[in-house]
Amino acid sequence: MSYRSLAFELFPFLPPLFVSEEQRLLHVRYERYTSTMAEERRPKQCTVVLPTESMKAMAESIGVGQLQEESCAALSEEVSYRIKEIAQDALKFMHHGKRCKLTTSDIDHALKLKNVEPLYGFQSQEFIPFRFASGGGRELHFYEEKEVDLSDIINTPLPRVPLDVSLKAHWLSIEGVQPAIPENPPPAPKEQQKTESTEPLKAVKPGQEEEGSIQKGQGATSAEAKGKKDGLMRMKPRSTHELSVEQQLYYKEITEACVGSCEAKRAEALQSIATDPGLYQMLPRFSTFISEGVRVNVVQNNLALLIYLMRMVKALMDNPTLYLEKYLHELIPAVVTCIVSKQLCLRPDVDNHWALRDFAARLMAQSCKTFSTTTNNIQSRITKTFTKVYNKCWLDDKTQWTTRYGCIAGLSELGPDVIKTLILPRLTVEGARIKAVSDGPVVSNIDKIGADHVQSLLLKHCASVIAKARPLPDNVEQYRADYGYLGPMLCSHVVKARAQAALQAQQVNRTTLTITQPRPTLTVSQSGIGGSGGSRTASIIKVPSSLTLMSTRPGTPTQLSPPATKYIVMATSSGSSSTQQVLWMASICKISRTLKLSSSAVANSAVDMMKLALMRTATGKGDPELPLLQRISSLELPASEIAAQINA
Amino acid sequence: MAAVQDGQLNMEVEKDIKTEITNDGSGNINANSSSPGSTSSGGKSKSPAGSGEDQQTLLAVLQFLKRNKLTESVDILRREAGLSADADDSPVSDSAGAGSGGVPNVSADGGDANSLLSRVSIATPFAPPATAPPKVVAASGGEDQPDVNVVLSAYSQQGDPVLYPLYYNGLKKFIESVLDCHRAELSQVFYPLFVHMYLELVYNNHENEAKQFFEKFSGDQECYYEEDLRILSSMSKKEHMKGNETMLDFRTSKFVLRISRDSYQLLKRHLQERQNNQIWNIIQEHLYIDIFDGMPRSKSQIDAMSGSLAGEGKRDANKAKVFYGLLKEPEIEVPLDDEDEEAENEEGKPKKKKPKKDSMGSKSKKQDPNAPQQTRIPLPELKDSDKLDKIMNMKEATKKIRLGPDNLPSICFYSFLNAYQGLTAVDFTDDSSLIAGGFADSTVRVWSVTPKKLRRVKSAADLSNIDKESDDVLERIMDEKTASESKILYGHSGPVYGISFSPDRNYLLSSSEDGTVRLWSLQTFTCLVGYKGHNYPVWDTQFSPYGYYFISGGHDRVARLWATDHYQPLRMFAGHLADITCTLFHPNSNYVATGSADRTIRLWDVLTGNCVRILTGHKGPIHSLAFSPNGKFMASGATDGRVLLWDVGHGLMVGELKGHTDTIYALKFSRDGEILASGSMDNTVKLWDTLKAFDDVELDDFTAATGHIHLPENSQELLLGTYMTKSTPVIHLHFTRRNLLLAAGAYNP
Repeated sequence: MSYRSLAFELFPFLPPLFVSEEQRLLHVRYERYTSTMAEERRPKQCTVVLPTESMKAMAESIGVGQLQEESCAALSEEVSYRIKEIAQDALKFMHHGKRCKLTTSDIDHALKLKNVEPLYGFQSQEFIPFRFASGGGRELHFYEEKEVDLSDIINTPLPRVPLDVSLKAHWLSIEGVQPAIPENPPPAPKEQQKTESTEPLKAVKPGQEEEGSIQKGQGATSAEAKGKKDGLMRMKPRSTHELSVEQQLYYKEITEACVGSCEAKRAEALQSIATDPGLYQMLPRFSTFISEGVRVNVVQNNLALLIYLMRMVKALMDNPTLYLEKYLHELIPAVVTCIVSKQLCLRPDVDNHWALRDFAARLMAQSCKTFSTTTNNIQSRITKTFTKVYNKCWLDDKTQWTTRYGCIAGLSELGPDVIKTLILPRLTVEGARIKAVSDGPVVSNIDKIGADHVQSLLLKHCASVIAKARPLPDNVEQYRADYGYLGPMLCSHVVKARAQAALQAQQVNRTTLTITQPRPTLTVSQSGIGGSGGSRTASIIKVPSSLTLMSTRPGTPTQLSPPATKYIVMATSSGSSSTQQVLWMASICKISRTLKLSSSAVANSAVDMMKLALMRTATGKGDPELPLLQRISSLELPASEIAAQINA
Repeated sequence: MAAVQDGQLNMEVEKDIKTEITNDGSGNINANSSSPGSTSSGGKSKSPAGSGEDQQTLLAVLQFLKRNKLTESVDILRREAGLSADADDSPVSDSAGAGSGGVPNVSADGGDANSLLSRVSIATPFAPPATAPPKVVAASGGEDQPDVNVVLSAYSQQGDPVLYPLYYNGLKKFIESVLDCHRAELSQVFYPLFVHMYLELVYNNHENEAKQFFEKFSGDQECYYEEDLRILSSMSKKEHMKGNETMLDFRTSKFVLRISRDSYQLLKRHLQERQNNQIWNIIQEHLYIDIFDGMPRSKSQIDAMSGSLAGEGKRDANKAKVFYGLLKEPEIEVPLDDEDEEAENEEGKPKKKKPKKDSMGSKSKKQDPNAPQQTRIPLPELKDSDKLDKIMNMKEATKKIRLGPDNLPSICFYSFLNAYQGLTAVDFTDDSSLIAGGFADSTVRVWSVTPKKLRRVKSAADLSNIDKESDDVLERIMDEKTASESKILYGHSGPVYGISFSPDRNYLLSSSEDGTVRLWSLQTFTCLVGYKGHNYPVWDTQFSPYGYYFISGGHDRVARLWATDHYQPLRMFAGHLADITCTLFHPNSNYVATGSADRTIRLWDVLTGNCVRILTGHKGPIHSLAFSPNGKFMASGATDGRVLLWDVGHGLMVGELKGHTDTIYALKFSRDGEILASGSMDNTVKLWDTLKAFDDVELDDFTAATGHIHLPENSQELLLGTYMTKSTPVIHLHFTRRNLLLAAGAYNP
């Protein structure tokens, strides 16, 4: 009897650890219980008992000095039992509270049931900040109770009043069909789309509809339900392709905006494609739209439209709720066309189709990475395609530089291994060809530009690979011997790359501590779209007329990235904008370099923005300013690329 | 094994005792007549007294003699056996079973004395023998209810703790070796035996043996007992047993098993042959075996019905007749109706006549043979406003959509935003004009979902100024200034777990953790009454479909029936072994269904207060109930994620709907009963074809008599649709009068 009362007396002093521990245990058990009723037998239920040291510590905390070992053992058993009992009662409150998570108030209520005073003032919601202390051979976890200065509390402004409960109605289902509205979950979750496309037979089996039933809810009308009933052999699930009127309207609006002339609208449309959860059913339409669009516009050499279409592809890929695998047969040819086509624009000597090729090549690499499986072998098939084309170029001098450029870009985006095996061996030949063009007397301007581009491209991609693969020292002569015409240039690039790597390594060492800190995310949004808010990855080819760089966490204290607001640039007239943009890009480069390790997105965006700006300058708006360029090249990006862009 | 073989050697001695026990069952009165036989056997047994086993046997004989108050023979036997008298007397003065550290035999004997006495005290309402058992018989107590100790002390008779696993194993081997058809039935014995053996070990302070026993055999038990096993496992000391509710449940109620006669004979024969006294005792004492004639049941049949805390319901528990039919609808003159219809739309007129007959015809023309008498329980008189409402209801009903597998209902989902997991209960009014939500912060909120705003009645001073003769007096009494879309009702001091609108929309009931049920007026938006009676959290409350009465049930395991104008309950329904988790009125208001954490559903007769149905089969606490509109069927949903369908009239399970993966908090039949909607914590609403489910069940006389139902294998065929919400658990469902499905839940971002 006395144990019991003592245990209860002690209970309020129990460090909340144990409560939370039991809560965790119970929660885990509970989850296991509900998810898999029988599968795994309970591990060891009898043995969860508090250590006697805790008893001692608790006794000390209430002024009981010497507690005998025996009493400790007895107490700990008793206390553990009571805690379990209380936790079991608390679970009841959780169930009736219609929650899945046990809260401290549940424990309070359970204590009340047992006629024990609840733990007043213990209102931790999520995280209980325990502190650990050890000394004298003992280890303690305790909950630090800070002294609170009342005047502080009085003087602090009141927190914002939480939003009041409100009621909102939406249609979960209309005559058995779940409408695709934001209030409803995406009709077919990505996982399901994936299983459907990769393992069509496994996705739904007769009798076992667990996965299929979700899809049945949407679109699957009673007709399909009937089919399920009497269909002994179940065919591949039929996906419905009827679009509601709203969806048709949406499709029309989106496609028009994507290829229309208003950049603000386009940005909004792309944003919608990249984030909207309900596009699953429209996917076949979009993919056809893109592939047809590319087919037509390649013939007409409409560079702008091709760019828009590629941006659509990018947006579709970015949408977290879509799984494109089923539609790659339409999308990949379109993208590859944009990479290797002989001519993409009306004036190849002026227009910057190179950027499109780069962008498409990156898209290609991305889709290879995401969707390549052992069964479809996309990666290897794509590699083969490029290689085939490239082989043809290699043998045939007359192939267009554009195609050659595309092949190299496409291949090199696939990764260092591909570069190593497929491009490096051909550097000599390629170099000779470039030399022939640049030195040779009779060449068209177009060829010259093409050769320049190929050269810079090769330098850019090969340098980093060689830097990694090739042992020191970097001897110019050796390089010339190995790589021919491109050797010396390559050598200087490699040296630069190595210096870069060393610098980064240093910085990485210095910054290891701060890396876990939340990083500012860069958002490129357009002032034209009133608060579109969502972050778009910087995959935009055409530069918006005015740019804002924002940081979602303005005050993040990283000495590495000074407040990002510093770099907000409002460019209005194109003449001065180039300067500013370059400045701005330089700072991005700086950020990206300092945060190199993890923020590839930032780096990417920087590269992209760089190109955008260069495109602008290249397309004849404002002259390239040399000092600035030098500053850029002294930064991270390979100067050759910039030079190439400018030259174009 | 050696010990068991020893036991077989001593067969002769034990057999005599056994025959005694088996012959007279548990009745102690008969035992007196057969006592001479037992003394003689006792005399025989003295010779081999030497080894521990023999001594035990001797003690057993002594126990038996003592129980039958044959003190002379006890003395003689004891003298002959050379046992010191104090060996079994001294511990008696100690508190029950406290012979710690002593020889097990000794403490066993002492404990037995306690049990004997305490059993007497159960039979006659004497004071509990808590501290001084020997005096109890003499000391006459008041009307105390049996104390925990009394209950527990039945465990004090015991054998050698080491033998327990052997006994259990022996039985296990036997059951595994019997014919397949019997095995499933006999396997039912495992769980209760396991529990009682474990508790016996714990009670007699064999902590380590108990732990070993648990670890060895807990894995064999059916998975659906896991919750209980967890509670059991935490109990490892005798002190723990005091006040543990689960333990009490096991002890106070007999675990009910249904076993065919053949299987039972098999078990009995085995136990007698093997001298398995211990197990036989437990079966006699703690189990109720409901023997039936006929084919043994299959494993699936047994599994469908088992899972509750105290076994299945006895068959006779479900024999009482239940008038499940609906009450006759009161005749309402409809001229008013005609006018309205004409005013509303011309085309409605020709159609109108027929459907009205459809909806009312069968009910109003003749009395349903299964319906209770109209006046079986007094129902409130219909007021004018109720009649108007009925007429509205009928008009709406004519516009009702006929649902079916090819015609699924639309679902409108009401999400509670910014509720931060605090939403604990929801209810809709029958005409779907109001929504009420109960919250963990003790508030009740009422929303109007129609453009009509919620208004309060004017204050008394203002009301006196109103012209009471005017036509629009009902409009005039409302205070326009208070019009708002929602109102908050403050009064409870704990989370509000149950909420229910009165059918006339004038009142709202709420039940809370603070142990009260409150009645709120929806005219003044104030609390009218706080019904106190439950001292513990009240998990659910529900208005009768005719108003006036309501039912509440909570942690104290008692459901109470109240009338709104009485501050004390009219009926108390006691019988559940654990918390009552949900309550529901039958559509005819003559019966009340309660679901409980003991995993049973009980149906209570409001008139007599008797329990008329015990429905077992769920494997977890039941959290939702629904009656079909015709009153014939019931659906129940539990934490195990299954919906079970019941035939109320026969007291049979008629269907099992699997598909949910988490607790089902909401169940509702469509207005015509064709479709059952279920809503769950797994964020889905599922629709089931109940028409087909009820059609598929073939009810011949045999199944009706024995209750052995063959459930259709594949409940997936009955699933008509699954609708995922976006991270919103579904905690309430409601069909509007036109068969639109409303669902509600709190959005958890």
